[in-house]
Amino acid sequence: MAIKVQIPTPMREQTGGKAEVEVAGGTVKAALDDLLRQFPGVGPKLFDNGKLRPYVNVFVNDEDIRYLDEMDTKLTDGQTVALIPAVAGG
Amino acid sequence: MPSNDFVLGLKCRVCGKLYPKAANFYCPDDHAPLEVAYDYEKVKPHVSRAKFASRPRNMWRYRELLPLDGEPTVGPQVGGTPLVRADRLADALGVERLWIKNDAVNFPTLSFKDRVVSVALSKAREFGMRMVGCASTGNLANSVAALGASAGLETVILVPADLEKTKIYGTAIYGAKVVKVSGTYDQVNRLCTQIVMEYGWGFVNVNLRPFYAEGSKTVGFEIAEDLGWRFPQHVVCPMAGGALIGKIYKAFNELHATGIVDQPVTTKMYGAQASGCNPISDCVKSNRERHKPVKTPNTICKSLAIGDPADGYFAANLIRSTGGWAEDVSDPEIVDAMQLLAKTEGIFAETAGGTTLAVARKLIESGRIPRDEEIVICVTGNGLKTQDAVFEALEEPATIKPSLAEFKALAGLSQPAAEPVLA
Repeated sequence: MAIKVQIPTPMREQTGGKAEVEVAGGTVKAALDDLLRQFPGVGPKLFDNGKLRPYVNVFVNDEDIRYLDEMDTKLTDGQTVALIPAVAGG
Repeated sequence: MPSNDFVLGLKCRVCGKLYPKAANFYCPDDHAPLEVAYDYEKVKPHVSRAKFASRPRNMWRYRELLPLDGEPTVGPQVGGTPLVRADRLADALGVERLWIKNDAVNFPTLSFKDRVVSVALSKAREFGMRMVGCASTGNLANSVAALGASAGLETVILVPADLEKTKIYGTAIYGAKVVKVSGTYDQVNRLCTQIVMEYGWGFVNVNLRPFYAEGSKTVGFEIAEDLGWRFPQHVVCPMAGGALIGKIYKAFNELHATGIVDQPVTTKMYGAQASGCNPISDCVKSNRERHKPVKTPNTICKSLAIGDPADGYFAANLIRSTGGWAEDVSDPEIVDAMQLLAKTEGIFAETAGGTTLAVARKLIESGRIPRDEEIVICVTGNGLKTQDAVFEALEEPATIKPSLAEFKALAGLSQPAAEPVLA
């Protein structure tokens, strides 16, 4: 199953410059596990002690996963997961 | 010398790592926000009360503590709004000493946002940017459009589609490209972050945010100066993204750090939100470490309707650490407070001002703010922009024929003097 993960600029050093990475997984957690398997350098930028860092928001097809099932949010083929810094606005 | 070479760089608010001055807004290591850091020892010999006072009464008199490399080129006359001693309101609330910091009359677009935008757009020009923009709940849209126009910058402004008409037309009039997004502010904001990452434009509250937010400090500098260079005991401040409350406190600390005010900062900071969008006040009241985002805000106070505030964590922490508190109020309480402020002090604040006053009243009545200590309430926007909110609460004026008899028949007006005035 192909899921696209959009990578924010400062993480692209860890993805070989790629702005979008194809991963497999039936949930957000599985998809991000696969991202880390392919590009281990992303790990410390995205997670702290196994928990998603508080200043990164994760969106599935433009919906914040905190309003879905968080890391257990189900994914289907062709969906896009976007990792977006959360420090804008106001 | 340039007006400012005191900036050390941009510092991560979580890991403390220092980065060079650039249009960056988050730490590449942990994605936490960046903040402008200054060398206060270096600032110290260059600032004094007399030097500030010798300059025109606007926000740039504190320029050594603002992050520009050169002179401000956008908004040179912003700020310098009145700190109003509010005795009639104090009587109504049953407190002794009360002031309103009145940014409802800030120049040019009648909200405190002109302060942050003039810093952000001056900085954008220093970075050589031509295209600027923002995500906005309204006041920021007005300000970026007006100040951008005055500087000949191209502006693109994204707002939630359900925003008050006055705020949308009050933005389009300046020639800005306005885009209405069918979604909440948080969705608009997320889209703007994606636009910035794709196009590299200067969005004041995205990639220019560290510089932008510094402009809010001038509210704090002005409060301290107008009180005779001292700090009030209690400051009540509206919270949307949660940055303003922190910057007012940062301003007080900077005045102390640079020797302008000897008195250490012991001010208690209080945050105000609407109950229909209260992520930060809920975080404080329920003693949560981090706020729970509000997916769909529902309040007449649209200018504070940010469900997932970027500075929520920092605002809640500040409130706790200063010994302050946070509260939220209902829409009817907001309208009631807007009327109270207008009737007692002649100040027509927008819904956010009503929210802040209503919260102050609640905190006074619950004993959180003592009645015999000095209180400053921050009014950050003008009621003319949110008139829809009060129409229903106001009595429709009577209509009469141009006849003295009909005028006399009106109930509720004072009786004429015993002798005819013009006899």
